[in-house]
Amino acid sequence: MIDDIIGTVFKASVAASTIRLATPYIFASLGETLGQRSGVLNLGVDGIMLMGAFFGYYAVLTTESLILGVLAALFIGGLMGLAMAFISVTLKAEQGISGIGVYLFGLGMSELLFQEFVGTPQSVDGFPRISIPGLSDLQFLGLGDIFFNHNLLVYVAFALVPMTAFVLNRTNFGLMIRAVGQNPEAADAMGVSVTRVRYLTVTLGGMLAGLAGASLSIALLNVFQQNLTAGQGFIAVALVYFGGWRPYGVLLGAMLFSFVNALQLQIGISAPEIPSEFAVMAPYVVTIIALMFASKRRERPDALTVPFERG
Amino acid sequence: MTQSSVGGMTHQRIDRLVMRGIVKQFPGVLAADHIDFDVQSGEVHALLGENGAGKSTLMKMLYGLYQPDEGTIEVNDSPVKIGSPQDAIRLGIGMIHQHFMLVPSLTVAENVALGMRGIRDGVLRLDDVVRGLLELSEQYNLKINPHTPIWQLAVGEQQRVEILRALYKGAALLILDEPTAVLTPQEVDDLFRILRQMTDDGHALIFISHKLHEVLAISHRVTVLRDGKKIDTIPTSEATKRKLAEMMVGRPVVLEYDKHPVKRGEVRLRLERVSALSNRGDLGLKHVSLELHSGEIVGVAGVSGNGQHELAQVIVGLRPLESGAIYVDGNDVTGKSPAVMNRLGVSYIPEERMIDGVVKEFTVAENLVLQDHAREPFARGGLFMNFKAITEACQRAIRDYEIKTPNTETPVKNLSGGNIQKLILARELSRNPHVLIAAQPTRGVDIGAMEYIHQRLLDEREKGTAILLISEDLDEIRLLADRIAVLFEGEIVGIVDSADADVETLGLMMAGVREHES
Repeated sequence: MIDDIIGTVFKASVAASTIRLATPYIFASLGETLGQRSGVLNLGVDGIMLMGAFFGYYAVLTTESLILGVLAALFIGGLMGLAMAFISVTLKAEQGISGIGVYLFGLGMSELLFQEFVGTPQSVDGFPRISIPGLSDLQFLGLGDIFFNHNLLVYVAFALVPMTAFVLNRTNFGLMIRAVGQNPEAADAMGVSVTRVRYLTVTLGGMLAGLAGASLSIALLNVFQQNLTAGQGFIAVALVYFGGWRPYGVLLGAMLFSFVNALQLQIGISAPEIPSEFAVMAPYVVTIIALMFASKRRERPDALTVPFERG
Repeated sequence: MTQSSVGGMTHQRIDRLVMRGIVKQFPGVLAADHIDFDVQSGEVHALLGENGAGKSTLMKMLYGLYQPDEGTIEVNDSPVKIGSPQDAIRLGIGMIHQHFMLVPSLTVAENVALGMRGIRDGVLRLDDVVRGLLELSEQYNLKINPHTPIWQLAVGEQQRVEILRALYKGAALLILDEPTAVLTPQEVDDLFRILRQMTDDGHALIFISHKLHEVLAISHRVTVLRDGKKIDTIPTSEATKRKLAEMMVGRPVVLEYDKHPVKRGEVRLRLERVSALSNRGDLGLKHVSLELHSGEIVGVAGVSGNGQHELAQVIVGLRPLESGAIYVDGNDVTGKSPAVMNRLGVSYIPEERMIDGVVKEFTVAENLVLQDHAREPFARGGLFMNFKAITEACQRAIRDYEIKTPNTETPVKNLSGGNIQKLILARELSRNPHVLIAAQPTRGVDIGAMEYIHQRLLDEREKGTAILLISEDLDEIRLLADRIAVLFEGEIVGIVDSADADVETLGLMMAGVREHES
């Protein structure tokens, strides 16, 4: 049995599905990273993902246009991000609680809309796999299948990691985000609008969460059902902490989590004598253990969850 | 109007800035009541007043952080509207805040680039900023490495970054809000040198302070505020310490106390090579040994953040020791809880009075019995509160300690800082302590309350209490203490007799220079 498991670990199919499964986490966690670096904790990611998943799915179902699906997901995600920004930045509500409100809204609303407009689950034609010419045929260690034979959103997600890191560390907008999250009084005194920066990051974060949902419903699973995300948005929030608020750290966390998840799926097939409940638990247990060791970092925004008040 | 170019940024000179009839109303307080104020190129105008006099409010209006309800502001004789810090910066107004407005994780250059127009959008290009900073640091002889993150800098260096940043952004008028509060005497001299160079270059400076000798040393004119009103503006050449103090307080004040000689008694508190961690996790207190005798005040001097906080907390049992031992009246009390220390006669006036000193939602009476509420006479049989006894004790304290409060049932948060401090004093002294740890006992209180607290501490000394006075105000320490211990980076650099301690020696010690080295 142990041999089975070890064999599984090194399977190319596990590696490939690790990368695929990581996609929604990467989108959602990068978005959440932006918001948190500016000082806003959005716990509603999962609810926004669900809405993004439904809107993306419904757009594809009715128009058969993947572009419209992605746009619909970005739109509703941005709208919910904007709502979260309004509640937490303008109304200065307790962020933990308002995030849960946003989550519950997304959970209920996506289910309601699905029952009202679709009813029975039916699959859609999602993003097809794109084989990168010349690379996807690479036989060596199965690299071609692992890295170069995925749907478009997978490539977009991985490309977003260095882009987000660049924005945060090498642009003026990033400088403002970091300053607003660490010492909003200082940013304010230097003429940076704390409100505007936080609205932007939380709205962007919402758009990415919407896209994360769509990457499930129109790229990975190609279907929508009640509570499709099953808490992935909460894991995405945890991954931001795990990654120490850095995009590459978040990527590492998403990969680790998805690897355990992929392994668990594979073991379910190759070693059915292990109770599946344990296997399903495994990724979450690993996340909690990893979080315990993720130490407090300097990148942690000091003003996280603290509404800004001038004077 | 002239134009000059410093650090790559062009800015306009402010020949004259006038604030006229400024009014600002906060709920329940008139923070600024028709205040006129002006400052000119090439001068240092000091703004003097007690806490709550309206100095910061007035300056925050000049920097666009608050909007005045009434009144006008003119720059070079044309009216301006300053709706935000952006507007202020655009007009050439800079401000060095009391709490530095720097982002710890960012580098010096990044902090300077933050919010700057021109490079606001797109990719960060710090080369120009770095070059400009180096030029400026040479011009003003302020050494700074633009690539160092702020958290690695000492407080004095952080202030230099603030000043360089304001200069880089083209500040022609600079507001300095209590800039000396965190500096050693030598650093203050250095700051004054920079300020003089700036006025020579045509800058206009506003210097907010409540330290009279500094105001006399650096300013050309002084404006005194009291209770939101302007008392007067006078040339510094016509001002004396006594005159300024009276203008601030509105009555004659005591500048020195009659300190009676008291015979030093037995050792009450002994610290043996005490080490403790700071909140950051490094050793905030390193092998501190100290003896405190009955009837003496030992002052602990040092720049903020050099272990004062840890020292006080370790003695009263709020912070665990890493090593070493503490004795009270000869008994080993190492690692004992605050409750035990309390019972053994150790009283504590904490630095953060609103956080560690009182429960601010509780009433005056409740705060007075925070430690003793479960004991006779405040609790019958240790179970049921005896409100009659509590109220009586509270009324006595209000009378004896001159606490200004509407009644015993007023929530403490509605009292002024000075009255809250008197309440804490009443509570801590009523238990006739053997040892009193007073951490920043007069910080942020008005001069009247300060005098009162000082007198009470001297009275306690005469009664034979051993007092540890931890203060960042060197004047206060020199005024009250018999011996002075200087803390630097968690170590006691030296202990000197107050009579032999001049400011220069203490200043050097506060910068870490040991006695025999100087």
